Order: sequence, then structure tokens, then C-alpha cells
Amino acid sequence: MLSRAAECLFWAFRYVERAENIARAIDVNLNLTLDQPGNTADQWAPLYQVTGEEIEFVKRYEKATPANVMRFLTFDSTYSNSILSCLLAARENARSVREVISSEMWEQMNKFYLFVQSASETGRALRNPSDFYREVRTASHLLEGLTAATMSHSEAWQFVRMGRMVERADQTSRILDVKYFILLPQLNLVNSPVDDVQWMAVLKSCSGFEMYRKQYGRLLPMTIVEFLLLDREFPRAVLYCLNSACDCLHRITGFAPDEYLESEVLLEKLRSDLSHSATKQIMNSGLHEFIDGLQGRLNGVGAAIHSDFFAPSDLPAKPNGTRHASLS
Amino acid sequence: MLLDHYDPGEFYDEYFETAGTPRQSCQLLLQSLEAMSPFELSQRQSAAEAILLNLGITFNVYGDERGKEKIMPFDILPRIVSAEEWTVLEAGLRQRVTTLNLFLDDIYHDQKILKDGIIPEHVIRSAKSFRTPCVGLNPPRGIWCHINGVDLVRDGTGQMHVLEDNLRCPSGVSYVLENREIMKRTFPQIFRGLNIRPVNDYPGKLLAMLESLAPATDGPPHVAVLTPGSANSAYFEHSFLAMQMGVQLVEGRDLTVREGRVMTRTTKGLEPVDVIYRRIDDDFLDPHAFREDSLIGVPGLMEVYRAGRVAIANAPGTGVADDKVVYAYVPQMIKYYLDEEAIIPNVPTYLCWNESEKDHVLKNLDKLVVKAANEAGGYGMLIGPHADQVTRDAFAEKIVANPRNFIAQPTLGLSRVPVVTGESFEGRHVDLRPYVLCGGDSIFVLPGGLTRVALKKGSLVVNSSQGGGSKDTWVLGGGGAA
Repeated sequence: MLSRAAECLFWAFRYVERAENIARAIDVNLNLTLDQPGNTADQWAPLYQVTGEEIEFVKRYEKATPANVMRFLTFDSTYSNSILSCLLAARENARSVREVISSEMWEQMNKFYLFVQSASETGRALRNPSDFYREVRTASHLLEGLTAATMSHSEAWQFVRMGRMVERADQTSRILDVKYFILLPQLNLVNSPVDDVQWMAVLKSCSGFEMYRKQYGRLLPMTIVEFLLLDREFPRAVLYCLNSACDCLHRITGFAPDEYLESEVLLEKLRSDLSHSATKQIMNSGLHEFIDGLQGRLNGVGAAIHSDFFAPSDLPAKPNGTRHASLS
Repeated sequence: MLLDHYDPGEFYDEYFETAGTPRQSCQLLLQSLEAMSPFELSQRQSAAEAILLNLGITFNVYGDERGKEKIMPFDILPRIVSAEEWTVLEAGLRQRVTTLNLFLDDIYHDQKILKDGIIPEHVIRSAKSFRTPCVGLNPPRGIWCHINGVDLVRDGTGQMHVLEDNLRCPSGVSYVLENREIMKRTFPQIFRGLNIRPVNDYPGKLLAMLESLAPATDGPPHVAVLTPGSANSAYFEHSFLAMQMGVQLVEGRDLTVREGRVMTRTTKGLEPVDVIYRRIDDDFLDPHAFREDSLIGVPGLMEVYRAGRVAIANAPGTGVADDKVVYAYVPQMIKYYLDEEAIIPNVPTYLCWNESEKDHVLKNLDKLVVKAANEAGGYGMLIGPHADQVTRDAFAEKIVANPRNFIAQPTLGLSRVPVVTGESFEGRHVDLRPYVLCGGDSIFVLPGGLTRVALKKGSLVVNSSQGGGSKDTWVLGGGGAA
């Protein structure tokens, strides 16, 4: 397929996934606010701090009130990572590959954007934020389902899925990072059943509470971290996402056994390192540092995907694609 | 009756012969509409608009920052064309397209029509859209114009005329197809009662025609639609047609020329393209052959085309027949090449390069429509009766300064069709743009075409860039409901 089209697909669905996860992160805070009235003042700033966007926020708003943070992360069209901006970018990318995706996908993408866009004008969303963010999640899920059900699972679909998976791995790690930072600054509290309410909120923000309960029962920070980082079956866990992304990548390149593209090498290594990690080890050497490293390597994977597939290469097509790296 | 209070006014009305007397072809439709209240109809109008918005069927208006994306306004009352009238129009369109292709092949080769004095040589020499790099080219099967959109209008007596030909990149056919889908959702019961000729085989016919142009290749030909990009006003149509045909939609930057072939840049390296349905103007196609500053074209494309290793539809150079001065000679061309009379006449046209016609135009500016020879989209136009004296004087100066660039036509009282205005109905002026595919062996005329409607009360300008909308066009099948 066209390099440009592959790039647009990849990014369109990364942006959708990003929008969905911003909604999840905000929803978690809303939940906490309801459960712990009176203790909300400093729960909102971390939402933008974790993405490294503090400067952007401070430029625009005086105080980190819930309304300000929600407005910034949801509707601020001057901020490129707000839900609205993400969906606009997603839709523009989808629009330029309109002929590659199914009409059902396009219609849902369009409705999704128009729904958030009109909410940004009416102010309805912030009067009943929980409902609104739930609708954002549902719209994203609907799009994901339509994609799986109406688009051939061909190369184009693999780029769509890979975009979602790479972004989701990144976002889940962020949610874990920010919450861990607030919830558990002291390492000696690990393994004590403190703050059940807050950890429940973290799991719920990843739609993982029920699945976690089935698997581990008690809410323990150690196992929650294990579940969100290293589970192979929960679809929002980082390792699951990396395994899926890796699968997409191999299907795109066609599983050539001897030759690997750089993106394949980096992603294979990352997922293999992760799958051999033990939670205890991660916690001892610092979860925050671990997640930092993970995100850095994910960025490297993103850059390699770009140069392997999107940067216009003027080499003639080979049966197995253009290859310039091998797995050492 | 629903349209009891509708006033056809002093214009030719497509629904009514006179107030209260429907045309025969519209009787069944009007009977079916009977069952609906004006409120219900207005509800359905809103529902249709909501569908358009959700589908993102929009166009971009240049130089309009706020809300640059708009839905093409759509009116749910269809325009009806009887089977008898369509038979005549279809024959007229075939005749015209056949002639124009003969003309284009002649004008880029021997120019017999000039030597025989049918068209003055200076008219062609001064045509901006005559492309010298195209002289001597031999497009596959000698066909230059593969996709033609011919604008038809009625005068006050009901006679159809050709207002202009669009031989470069005629747009709008996607609206024809989408309008029909929306109408099926809006009025399913009416479709069951009427024998309406379908339009949805257009993309299939278009693809077959494009594939027939391909140079000999090993495998099945690779067809691509070439778009200037998603900022273009007709981008929706470009992606729609690519999707409907199942072919790639490419931009200039996706293409490159390598070893004498046009290639696409893919995730697996370069892959060849055999047929390009281009939706960008000649000027921008290839910076080596035409405008050097074009960033949306493909350097070296014309070289490959000249070598016969890629087909381009429409061929570069077709725009010369769009020149409104050249247009005026089409009836003579028909006589010259086919020895036939034009089945659909032109609108009478005054050519300002001709001294006496120019004088006539300047004296009668308040009655005429004046058009620049190379403009489209309703730009560069003066509607004399609707303009004030200052505007007319300014236009007169332009004509005097460059008479070759202007033509004038009588102001036609275009026919009208009712549109839904809240819960009542008013007549609005319309034109009709049928689409003709020409692949060499056969010509396909899409039954109907795009009915464009000037939604502003009293306006004669139907262009979407100037507040026009569209309607579905129903060509009735012969033998069935008349």
C-alpha cells in the first residue's frame, strides 16, 4: 500500500486511542472525587504533569481546578493533545485515506469528531462530565469494533491495529505512572491493602477492575502493577499491546525468518525484555524509572516504523519488502 | 394537494405546465407525495441533511476560513426527466462528445478544421488552454476526452441548450450517486412505484473504461486517481470515486518516474501505475512540461505519457475545447466532422473578438450574461440584468481591454423546480450536468446527472461555490410509468 496511506492510518488510530485514554484518565479522577469529597484539590495537576505538558497548561490557565484541567485536556483546540485536537487530527488523517477504510468507519470517525466538537460548543459536557467521558470511550470502542468487522484484515488493517496498540501501551504505562506517583510515593507501603478506592479507580480507568478481580482477588499494588504491565491476556496491559503490535508488524513484513527491519528488531527486543521482567525487580529498581525507559524505547520503535514504512523510499519493490537490518 | 399553492411563476417549470396542472411525467410523483404532510416532508428534508453531515459529504470553499467545510445543500424534491426527452438528450450528448474528440485529435495534429476555415486560426492560437506540448500526441485509440460533464439549461420555452462543456476534470458525479442513496432512504415507497433508471453502475463503467486505456502490461492494469490533496474543494469526490472503484487515491508526492514508468511509493517499495484518472489541471500535471512551480504534479509524467507507457484521463490538452470562444463553434464542428445538425443547440453566443459583435455586447450589457473565456465555477462572470451600472462599466472596460477573452449570451430564464422551504414550496432555477464516458469502442451516458439548483431566491447561479445546491435527477424508464 501507499506509504502515505499507511502513515495516515497508523496516526489516525493512534490519535483515536490517545483521545480515548485521555477520557479514561479524566474519568478516573472524577471517580475519585466522588468517592473522596473534600480531598480533590491536588488530584488534577498530575493529569497534565505526567504528559510533560505543565508549561502548556500554565500558559493558559491560572489554577489547576477540575474545570480548567478538563477544559484543557478535552476541548482546548490550541493544545495539540486535547481530545478535540486528537480527534480533529484523527479525522483529517482518516479523510485522506477515505478510500482505504470502510464507509462505516469513516462515518463513525466523523460522528465521533462532530459529537466532541459540538459538546465543546454547548458546554454540556462539563455539566455532566462522567456521562460525556463514558460516551467518548464508547464512541472509540464502536469505531474499533466497526474497524474489525468491516475492514479486510489486510496490510492496511495491520497499520490501524499497530497504531492503536503502540499508543495504548504508551497510555496504559502513563496512567500507571501518574497514579503510582500519587498513590504510592513510599516503597515500604507496597503490598499493604491501602487505598483500595484509589487503586480500584486506576483499574477501572483501564477497564481492568473486573478482570483483575477474577485473576488476583485482593487489591495489592504489586499485583496491580503486574496486571497492567505484564499480563499477556488483558487487552489494555502493556505486554499484551506490545505482543499485538509485534504480530501486526510481522504480518506487514511477511515473517521473513532471516532478515528483520529495524522496527521489528526494536519491538521484538522490547517485548522480549518485558516478558522476562519480574514485577518485584521492577518495583525495586523503581517503577517510575522503568516506565520512563519503556516510553523512551516505544518512541524509538515509532521512529523506526516511520523510517521503515512511511519515509518515501525510492527503491524498487522486492518480494519481501525493503530490508536493512537483521536480528542479532 | 401538497403543492396546491405552489406558483410556477413566469418560468418554464419542470413539475407544472401551469399552476395546478402537473406535467405528465410528474403526475405519479405528485400523487405519491400526496400522502405526506408538509410537516413530514420538511422532517425528511432535515433527516436527509443530517445524513449528509454524518457521512461527511462536504466540499471546501476557498478563502472561507470559518467552517471551511460545508455540506452541499440538498433538496429532496427530485427533478424528473421523461423517457422521451432523455432519448433525445442522450443522442445529443453522444453526438457532441464524439465531435469534441474528433476536434481534439484534429487540433493537435493536422488542424484541418482551421485550414478549411471553419474556425479562425487566431481563435486557437490565442486560446490559453491550447497546450503546445500536446501537439502530435496520440492518446490510446485517439480518444482525448474520456469523462465529460456537459452543462445543459432550458430557456423560457423549455428548449434545452448546451451552456458549456467540461472536458478537463468535470466534478459532481459523486453527488449524483450519493444523492440517489439518500433519496432511497428518504422516499423508499416512491421508488417502488416509479420506474427510475439506476445510476449506481457509474463507478463500474468508469473503471472498465479506465482499464481499457491501459498500455499492454503483464498483469491486470493498475489504475489510480490523482488528487491535488484533501484541501481541494472536490476531495470528497476524488476519494469517493477511488473507493467505489477500489483503486488507489494518490497525490503527486506518492508518484515518481523511474526507468520510464510511473511508480507509486508504497510500504514495500515502488510499484507501477498504468492508468491515471487525474483530477488536477493540465498546468500542474508535470513541472517539466507545464508550470515549473507545480508542487502537486509528477516530474517526468508527460515523458512517460508520450512514450505510451501510462494512460492519462482526460488527456492533457482537452481544455482547449472548454474555451468559451471555441465552444461557440461546436455546432459548426458537428456539421464539419459528422455532417449532422446539432441535436442539442448551443446557447446563442456573441464573440467579443469580432468587432461588430463586441459593439452589440457593449450596448446591451444590461441584458446579457458576459463570461470570461477561461473561467469556471461561476467566477469571472457578469449577469447584466442583475448588476448595477458601476459593475457593468467595470466589465465593459475589461472587455475592451481584452475582447478575445469574453463572450456574451442572452440571459436565459432557466427552468425551475420546486424546493422545500420550511413547510411550503418555492420555485428555484436549475441546470443539469449529465456525465458521458467515452472509451473508444463505446460511449456511456449516465441516465440523468447532477441537477444543480440556485437556492437563493431569484438567483441564476447554480455553482456550489456560490450558494448552489443539488437535487436528485430521475430519468424515467421507457415503457413503465411515464
